[in-house]
Amino acid sequence: MYKSLIISTGFHIFIILFALFSLPFVAKKPLDIPPIISVELIQITEKTNIPFAPKAKKIIEKAKEEEKKLVSEQAPPKKTKKPKPDSIPLPDKDIVKLKKPEEKQNPVKDDSKVKQVSEFEKKEIFDPTDIAALIDKSKENIAETDKISKNITQSQDKSLNVTGLTLSEEDALKAQIFGCWSIPLGLPYNKNLLVRIKLKLKPDGTIIDSEILDHARMNKPGQNFYRVLAESALRAVQLCQPLRVPSTGYERWKNIQLNFDAREMLEG
Amino acid sequence: MIVFRIFFILLLFSLNQAKALIEVDITRGNLNPLPVAVSPLFSEDETNKKINDKIKINNLGEEISIVIENNLRATGLFNPLDKKAFLQTPDLAHLKPRFEDWTLIKAQALITGKVKYDDNKLRVEFRLWDVLAAKEMIALAFTTVPTNWRRIGHIISDKIYERLTGEKGYFDTRIIYVAEEGPKTKRIKKLAIMDQDGANTKYLTLGNELVLTPRFNPTNQMVTYLSYFKNLPRVYLLDIETGIQEVVGDFPGMTFAPRFSPNGKKIIMSFAKDGNSDIYTMDLESRIVERITNHPSIDTSPSYSPDGEFITFNSDRSGFQQIYVMRKNGSDVKRISFGKGLYGTPVWSPRGDLIAFTKLHKGKFYIGVMRTDGTGERLLTENYYQEAPSWSPNGRVLIFYRETKTDEKGDGFSAKLWSIDLTGYNERKVYTETDGSDPSWSSLLSN
Repeated sequence: MYKSLIISTGFHIFIILFALFSLPFVAKKPLDIPPIISVELIQITEKTNIPFAPKAKKIIEKAKEEEKKLVSEQAPPKKTKKPKPDSIPLPDKDIVKLKKPEEKQNPVKDDSKVKQVSEFEKKEIFDPTDIAALIDKSKENIAETDKISKNITQSQDKSLNVTGLTLSEEDALKAQIFGCWSIPLGLPYNKNLLVRIKLKLKPDGTIIDSEILDHARMNKPGQNFYRVLAESALRAVQLCQPLRVPSTGYERWKNIQLNFDAREMLEG
Repeated sequence: MIVFRIFFILLLFSLNQAKALIEVDITRGNLNPLPVAVSPLFSEDETNKKINDKIKINNLGEEISIVIENNLRATGLFNPLDKKAFLQTPDLAHLKPRFEDWTLIKAQALITGKVKYDDNKLRVEFRLWDVLAAKEMIALAFTTVPTNWRRIGHIISDKIYERLTGEKGYFDTRIIYVAEEGPKTKRIKKLAIMDQDGANTKYLTLGNELVLTPRFNPTNQMVTYLSYFKNLPRVYLLDIETGIQEVVGDFPGMTFAPRFSPNGKKIIMSFAKDGNSDIYTMDLESRIVERITNHPSIDTSPSYSPDGEFITFNSDRSGFQQIYVMRKNGSDVKRISFGKGLYGTPVWSPRGDLIAFTKLHKGKFYIGVMRTDGTGERLLTENYYQEAPSWSPNGRVLIFYRETKTDEKGDGFSAKLWSIDLTGYNERKVYTETDGSDPSWSSLLSN
């Protein structure tokens, strides 16, 4: 009796063990799903500003101090005189929150920093006092430029020094000058018809000073056409002023070079 | 040392980065006419009185300014502003323009001037101002006899045109053409000459003989033309300044389109010898005739390149009339026109870059231009009948003639001179006292 019970139990255990170990090999392999990688959206400027060396940290701190000075110098009167108190305390709160995680250097909390900055900016975009300004600028067909420039904080704006104007900013300026430049038709189209003009601009786009970079060429024999071309380019910038420059980042474009090339037009 | 060098290079690089200037390429502009203000040339009352006594013109300064204004407008490149909008008086504007006033009326260039009359001599001075840059661009004075006042207007126009466009003007020039009168079946054709704006027309022949294809010498005021005397074609030379005329020669058969070489020492033409029309040159000093082409087809309408090294002509050697280019000795003949239709009357541009032609396609006549290798063909104008393009001395404008259809009764026929610039947009009828055909543009008189 006991013997048969032991055999039966042993058999059942064998079947259970067989089912446990052999059946998974018979069954189909599960789908090979790649592991989920969390993607984090970070603005490029944030990434590039990460200090990775003690010297760099010092430099950045210095730059921040200068920036603070600039903010105090360049702060538009509108923001300080805002009647609604809500818009002022919000950024201050955020700034306090931002500083703490930086000290701890906790990457998880860095995410919140990014989010908070973007939220702060969103609030700025929908500031009701700015709506009127946006509408006015849309009339001048530069709304796109303005939106982009408003999304850029001053620290980000500085980082654009090397990259120059954005495509839309450049297009707005080009479109304006295209309309003002009357190309002299008597130019020899097989010659070098490039005139480079360096402009020094005021923040509102009016011209403080203009300089033809290849000035010496104007007086060379056989280069009369160049003088005519250079003068037409100067007339164009004079006629166009104030130039359609971005509303922010004056330091970036206060000196600008325009390369007038008539060859494309004359060759048709 | 190496470390120092690397440091120095890095320093230079960083400085370069710091000074990186934003550059914007402007590759397009507009071709709108430039707004110019042509202020009447100032003249004092005493001067006006003296001039009026002499040539019966009340305000010569104003008349000269109108000549300048019309010249500039006719180019299509300038837009002379209405004088009624001017805020500054001519005398003050000539002394020192108030640029704000001229900017206000959207003028980009300003022309001021002064007329004086002393010792039977007319002195005209003018200044061209860049209004936007607030500076003088050119200032010149001319002295002449009062009757020459229109030429002064044209010379001033040339100087302004050259200063603002970068190429020489074409206003101080004349046009010689065949003046036509009477019904189509019985036309009286006379040789006529006028200023490029249609003023000062003079008739050089009486109309007894048929005159054809007058052409200016590019170096002086000589003209060559073809005339039939007792039904025989004769090539004549006429000095416009002295009025002296001479026969270059009698030629057999059909003779066509004599034209000067660029140095004015030869005439190139086509005539039929033994029933075959070929191209010949004649040296005007030695009167030696040289055969350039020798082909059984019909070769006509030769025209030299400005450097005198090449000749363009039309020939039907391919079966249809097409344009060819060859060396001045007749070698290296190359066909350059390959479009649909018939091509004729090729004329080499004084700039040397283009050849103007007449094209007949599907019953319509076109005036067009192409590069000297035949590429870049552009048809500038289309009409029922038009031909014989002739270049302005700066190679910017073409003058040609256009005929209108006669009605069922045979009336309504007319032939008029027209001009068009290389853009193809500025097509204008050229004023002539009578009907006109076969125009030829002179070189600049003031050269």
